[in-house]
Amino acid sequence: MASAAHDVNSHDQHEHHHEESFVSKYIFSQDHKMIGKQFLITAVFMGVVAMLLSILFRIQLAWPGESSDFLNFFLGDQWAPEGVLKEDMYLGLVTIHGTIMVFFLLTGGLSGTFSNILIPLQLGARDMASGFLNMLSFWFFFLSSLLMFLSLFVMNGSIFGIDIPGDWGTIGNGPAMAGWTVYPPLSALPQAVSGSGFGMTLWLISMTIFIAGSLIGSLNYIVTVINLRTAGMTMTRMPLTIWAFFVTAILGVLSFPVLLSAALLLMMDRMAGTSFYLSDIMVGSEMLSNHGGSPILFQHLFWFLGHPEVYIVLLPALGLSSEIIATNARKPIFGYKAMIGSILAIGFLSFIVWGHHMFITGMNPFLGSVFVFTTLLIAIPSAVKVFNYITTLWKGAIVYTPAMLFAIALVSTFITGGVTGIILADSALDIAVHDTYFVVAHFHIVMGMSAVFGMFAGVYHWFPKMYRRMMNTRMGYAHFWITLIGAYGVFFPMHFVGIAGAPRRYYDYSVYGEFDTDSYNMIMDLNVIITVFAIIAAIGQVIFLFNFFYSIYRGPVAPQNPWKSNTLEWTAPVEHMHGNWPGALPVVYRWPYDYSKPGAADDFIPQNVPLAEGEIEH
Amino acid sequence: MESKLIIILIIVIGAIAISQLVRVYELTAKLRKHEEHEIPVRDNYLNAMLMLVFMVIQFGGLIYLMIKYGWTGRGPAASVQGEYTDWLLDLNLILITAIFFLTNFLLFYFSFKYVKRPGVKAYYYPHNNKLEILWTVVPAAVLAVIIILGLQTWNEVTGASPKEAINIELYSKQFDWTARYSGTDNMLGKTDYKLILGNNELGLMTEATIDSSIHAMRHGAGGILDIQKILNNRDTVLTDSLVNVLRKDLGTKERLLRLLNQMKATHNPALDKQVYDDIIQRDTLYLCVNKPYEFSFRSKDVIHSAYFPHFRAQMNTVPGYGTRLKFTPNMTTAEMRKIKNLPAFHYVLMCNKICGGAHYKMKMMVVVLEEEEYNAWMKGKESKNFKATYFPAPSAQAVIPAESTAISAMN
Ligand code: HEM
Ligand SMILES: [Cu+2]
Ligand SMILES: [Cu+2]
Repeated sequence: MASAAHDVNSHDQHEHHHEESFVSKYIFSQDHKMIGKQFLITAVFMGVVAMLLSILFRIQLAWPGESSDFLNFFLGDQWAPEGVLKEDMYLGLVTIHGTIMVFFLLTGGLSGTFSNILIPLQLGARDMASGFLNMLSFWFFFLSSLLMFLSLFVMNGSIFGIDIPGDWGTIGNGPAMAGWTVYPPLSALPQAVSGSGFGMTLWLISMTIFIAGSLIGSLNYIVTVINLRTAGMTMTRMPLTIWAFFVTAILGVLSFPVLLSAALLLMMDRMAGTSFYLSDIMVGSEMLSNHGGSPILFQHLFWFLGHPEVYIVLLPALGLSSEIIATNARKPIFGYKAMIGSILAIGFLSFIVWGHHMFITGMNPFLGSVFVFTTLLIAIPSAVKVFNYITTLWKGAIVYTPAMLFAIALVSTFITGGVTGIILADSALDIAVHDTYFVVAHFHIVMGMSAVFGMFAGVYHWFPKMYRRMMNTRMGYAHFWITLIGAYGVFFPMHFVGIAGAPRRYYDYSVYGEFDTDSYNMIMDLNVIITVFAIIAAIGQVIFLFNFFYSIYRGPVAPQNPWKSNTLEWTAPVEHMHGNWPGALPVVYRWPYDYSKPGAADDFIPQNVPLAEGEIEH
Repeated sequence: MESKLIIILIIVIGAIAISQLVRVYELTAKLRKHEEHEIPVRDNYLNAMLMLVFMVIQFGGLIYLMIKYGWTGRGPAASVQGEYTDWLLDLNLILITAIFFLTNFLLFYFSFKYVKRPGVKAYYYPHNNKLEILWTVVPAAVLAVIIILGLQTWNEVTGASPKEAINIELYSKQFDWTARYSGTDNMLGKTDYKLILGNNELGLMTEATIDSSIHAMRHGAGGILDIQKILNNRDTVLTDSLVNVLRKDLGTKERLLRLLNQMKATHNPALDKQVYDDIIQRDTLYLCVNKPYEFSFRSKDVIHSAYFPHFRAQMNTVPGYGTRLKFTPNMTTAEMRKIKNLPAFHYVLMCNKICGGAHYKMKMMVVVLEEEEYNAWMKGKESKNFKATYFPAPSAQAVIPAESTAISAMN
């Protein structure tokens, strides 16, 4: 197979005895590199879908009630008759957009892709601890993506007219519509909104499968990091990428099961008539006899995952950018140990702050105070990380690859999004801005920008490792600048919309015209600007997609170590092979950040180069 | 259809055009012996420059928006608690804006200044414990101040209302709000969702309302007797699924009836007068300026959120679980209209928790009046309290309109 072309002849033993079929190589592959690419392609597809959904509902927000061929083209007469979006579908689009972005693009896609590609390669391992479980984790992810995508097409309790047998899905139009947080009772009662029928059932099934896949994957990552590090790769010589993936996986293993139980209880309330989340409810004129449950219980369970989730999304991005910034500033990352400490502190604290999403649910104010305290503590390790990035750039010799641009922009957006978190964490202030566009601005800048920039940075940087070819740099620049300007143009004005008091998840802000024309003018003007920027940013992504797919097939062939980087993946041959390295595994003698070390001939020293005589480690 | 074809055509042609351009670029790059992973010095400088340009755009954008909308664009707060919040919010905003400018400046300036110059090596600087301790301790100290000030305000705003506070209940359902004033005794009477009927939409609890609910549950349209009649009727053939639905419905109603009977057994009629003087008010919520208000919230169906943007107050309304909130309006609607120079301005109560399709329309106007005006309005309302609307006829007999049954599950 491929490795035969390479000039290495001492293959690993298990390399000899089988030719791989197409199916075992490209589909049911157990090779971590292929699985990583499968995650990436699936996530890119889901990301494009979610972005398109956001453009659809942004059109409604900017020009409420105006007819648009574009809406009718994508949504048909059912959901956009005469080109005007239906109220219910607005909520459906927002819900699936958020769900896909958070879970499928940034959890499955970001950590799935890069944990897979980089953990074995940067640790000097032949593969993940269990190739089979790794494959399973991808297929669970794929299946759940498919179900989530199909849920967009639910109509009269069936998909494309195909009825699902059984009692649990005969009603409902459209996908889940209760927001990505799917709070009951709205999500529990098919009578309350049309998406809470079969669409919501599919959401829950999809997420259950997603969680199973994510757990299998995370366990595998943890075991691999603990057990399969090559000789000399001590924990404190691991690249920060691996530290980030490691802590991310631990967060996932500890928090996703809680979401699973929340989802299972919700399913029981929906299908088995239990009352975990329901009490004293009358929908329309139908009186339910459920009594004793609490909708707030769901929120506690949800956010016990939900908050760690934002770090599950963010930490891998920070890990990737640490690596990219050090490499391209040609400098060691400043404060390596403090960076590890911050990752661990963030990981730990992220478990005891979930209540900041619930300040105004009527929780005991004292409990609220505790969550204010723990939440604001997280700002400290976050600040340390920012200052360390900035110091890393200081007196560097910065090379602007597209990856580096995205990594620096990530730091900028991490600051911009982080500081508004200080407002939201302060319960007294959260009263005024909770659930407004201020929140939407905040979480898009940290997740929609920082984490997504981290993902782009990772793709540009490791593309040569994944596809053995180079992406086009100039197109990368164009993509970066359009995305940065576009995304800031979308999310920055949202702060003002929010502080002016605009609630989120509103289908039409022209209701402001009835009582406050000042706010009306401000919100409607800014909504148009935001949508125009969103369309520009979306078109910018076409450049990326083109560059990505074109380069897979036609990009120039990559050299072994294109960015002159220290980590082990660049010591592996360009050609992919089972087992990653021909012959023996590399041995590690130093940390990964020996860039521009005084006394060295080159401005980088890979980790597998022994210390020179008299050289001290760092 | 045509427009669809055109869209597809444009996409296809665009893709072909770009791929041709890229081929040309690559061929020329090959001629120049340019390798994709080696960033030309010119490109490097250009991007470094753009970093600085971007910083200017970013800062300029923020300043522009601030000037255009007057700092935050939210207008003055209209309650005592809102003024505390705004003071603290402004303080925090100033602080984070300063941090934003400072750190982004350092980031972009360094990105610009330390671009790779031919022949210049980066400075090997792996760590400095003093610096790292400095930027752990300084944020911690700043945060300590933020936390202390924040919690002071939080305790103030969420603390118990003074005794003289006026009690009002806000009741949410898809997709509107109903207010209930507590009447002359300033006490809100008891409620239960099982008592909701056409003429008792808030489910207020008195001996009479319990009786009529029991009656409706048994005898009303779609009540227990109705369902039994359909199930036992041998002349009509029912599908299995309909039988299932009806059985389930019957079970629910029998359970509810049992609970209603228990309620009747334990009900204390002496409390009925607390209910009778309550005043139900739709569409507009009238408040009196400078009076402390204690709001309590109930929800009929799903979670909603009572959001008073101008008073900087917000609280979720949760089915099966009461919540509360207090604030003291300190500016009348007329005063605010003058300040904002908007003659048609209204305060508003909006729903701020996703609750279904018409979520965005779920609102109620709020009018803050001077004391005399308010008292005058209240005088007119007192004769329309619950007792007067529930027993409209001189005979003290509750009316049970035929369509006022709780249940219409059969359809
Ligand atoms: C083209 C870029 C994007 C645009 C224009 C956009 C716009 C929006 C808007 C307007 C909302 C509705 C807010 C509301 O009414 O509550 C929303 C919701 C959301 N978006 Fe985005 N977004 C974009 C990209 C992203 C990305 C990359 C993420 C990844 C984290 C993301 C995550 C979310 C989430 C979690 C929600 C909340 C959904 C909910 O309320 O249930 N978005 N987005
Ligand atoms: Cu959180
Ligand atoms: Cu509502």
